Amino acid sequence: MSTDAAPQGREMPAFGRMCVRGARRLMYAAGGIVVLLILWQLGIMYLVSQPETRVFGGFGPIPTFQKFPELWEQGRIQSAISASLVDRLGTGLLIASIIGVPLGILIGRSRRFRDLSHSPFQFIRMVSPLAWMPLAVIIFATWNGAIVFLIVIAAMWPVAYSTAAGLAKVDPNWYKVARNLGASRLHILKTVILPAIAFDIFSGLRLALGVAWIVLVPAELLGVTSGLGYAIRDARETVDYSYLTAMLVTIGVIGYIMDSVLVCLINRYSWYHRRKN
Amino acid sequence: MPVRGVDIKIKGLTHKYTPKSPLTFEEVNLEAKPGEALAIIGRSGCGKSTLLHIMAGLLPSTGGKVHLGDTEVRAPSPRWVMMFQAPHLFPWMEVTQNVGVGLRFAGWPKKKIDERVDEALRLVELEKFADHNVQDLSGGQQQRVALARSLVMEPEILMLDEPFSALDAFTRASLQHDVRAIAKRIGINLILVTHDIDEAVIMADRALIMAGSPGKFMDELEIDLPDPRNREDPEVQKMRARLMTAFHDATSSARGQRPAVGDEKDAGTVQQRGSEASAAVAG
Repeated sequence: MSTDAAPQGREMPAFGRMCVRGARRLMYAAGGIVVLLILWQLGIMYLVSQPETRVFGGFGPIPTFQKFPELWEQGRIQSAISASLVDRLGTGLLIASIIGVPLGILIGRSRRFRDLSHSPFQFIRMVSPLAWMPLAVIIFATWNGAIVFLIVIAAMWPVAYSTAAGLAKVDPNWYKVARNLGASRLHILKTVILPAIAFDIFSGLRLALGVAWIVLVPAELLGVTSGLGYAIRDARETVDYSYLTAMLVTIGVIGYIMDSVLVCLINRYSWYHRRKN
Repeated sequence: MPVRGVDIKIKGLTHKYTPKSPLTFEEVNLEAKPGEALAIIGRSGCGKSTLLHIMAGLLPSTGGKVHLGDTEVRAPSPRWVMMFQAPHLFPWMEVTQNVGVGLRFAGWPKKKIDERVDEALRLVELEKFADHNVQDLSGGQQQRVALARSLVMEPEILMLDEPFSALDAFTRASLQHDVRAIAKRIGINLILVTHDIDEAVIMADRALIMAGSPGKFMDELEIDLPDPRNREDPEVQKMRARLMTAFHDATSSARGQRPAVGDEKDAGTVQQRGSEASAAVAG
C-alpha cells in the first residue's frame, strides 16, 4: 500500500526567525506608542504656548505619568478597575455570553426562529444602549444593576449574531459524519458545533467587549460613586487634570489588554489552515 | 479468512423525497452474503446514493425494509459506517483525534481509543502523520484518514459513496486496491456506489446496475476475478467490457421502460435474476 505524497508545507520556522519576527512586532508596537506620546506632548506644548489655554498643561504626558504612583498608593486606580471591570463589565459580558451564544445557535440552526426573531431583534438592537438608561434606572434597584443591564443589552447582539454567522459556515456534512459515527445531539454540540464556531464566538465577544467598554464609561458618569467613569467625573469636578488623563490612560490600557487577550483566544481557536509548526 | 460481515437483505424499498416529488427508486430488492463486496453502478441521479444513505440509516425510506444482519436499519449505527465522496474531516482536530472520534462518541476510555487508533493508522499506513493537523495532508491522505475513521469502529459493513471520485487517478487506483484488500483481510461487507465501471471491476465481487427513473436494479454481474486485480490484466479488461455492455443494455432498456430486475412479479430478487443474466452473458 502506498502512502500518497503530502503537500510540500513550509519549513518550520527556526527559533531565531521566530525571535526576530517577535522582536520586530514589539518594535513596531513600541514605535507606535512613542509616536502617540510625541504627538500628545506636541499638542500640549502648543496649548501651553497659547495664553488662553496655558492652564491645560496638566493634561500632558509628563504630569499624567507622574500622577500614577500617587493614585496607586491611594488605591484609587485599583478600586476603580475592580468596580468597572469585575462588578460591571465582567458580569455584563458573562450574562451577554450566556444569553448570546445559545441565542446565536438558535438563530443559526432554526430558519423559523431566525425569520420570527429578525424584526424584533433588529428593532431592539437599533435602540442605542444608553437610551435604555432611564428605563434601567427605574427597573433596577441599584445603579450597578442598571449598568450591567446596559452592558448586556449592548453586548449580547454581537455575540449572538457572530455565533449565528459562524454556524452558517459549518459544513452540514460534519453533522452527517458525526451521526454516521453514532454521535448524539450533545456529542454534535460538544464535538462539532462548539469547536467549529469557537473562533466566531470569540470574534463576537471581541466586538461585544468594544461596545460594552464604550457603554460602561458614560454609564458610570451618571449616578455611581465608583468605577473608571466615576473617577473621570470626579477628576473633572476637582479640576485635577493629570488625574483625569491618568484615568483615560488607564481605560485605554485596560481595553487594549482585554482586546489582546481576546485576539489570542481567537487565534488559538481559529482552525482555518492551521498548520503544524 | 475471517468474516465479520453480515447478511444484507433489502425488500421492496421505495423512496421519494417529499410526498409530492416523484419516486427516486421503487421496489428495490437485494440480497448479499457476509463479506461480499457489492458495487452499485448507475448514472448520476438514478438514486444509488440515496439508496446507500437509506441503508446507512441517514435517510428514511418511503416503503420497504433494510436488514443488515439481524437488525432492521432505522438509524445510523457504528456497525455500518459510510465513507463519503469527500473525507469531511474535522479541520480543528489532528489525525488521531479525527480517527478516534467515533470511539469517543461510543464512550471508550482514552487509552483504548489510542490503541485502536494506532492500529487503524497502521492499517492505512498513516502512522507517521498521527499528530498532524488534517489540513496538512493531501487529498488522498485525507481520504485514508476517513477510511481509518470508519475502520476503527470495526464495522460489519463499510459503505462507500463514490469515495474516490475527487482524487487524482494514481491515488484513486491505489486506494481502490487498498480498501478492497483491507475489507477482504478483515472480512467485512463493502457496498460501493460508483459511476466508474473500472472501480466496480477492481473493488467488487458483484456489480448491480441501477438505471431508470424511478431507479431500479436492471441487471447484475458476478465479478469472479482473483486478487490483486490490475487494470492491464486481460481478464479484468474482458470483465470491464462485459460490465460496460450490460450497463448500456440496462440503461437502454430503462429508457424503453422494460420491466426491471427489481420487479418481483416477474423477476425475483436481484441475486437470482443477476445470476441468470451473468450466465447468459458468459454463455
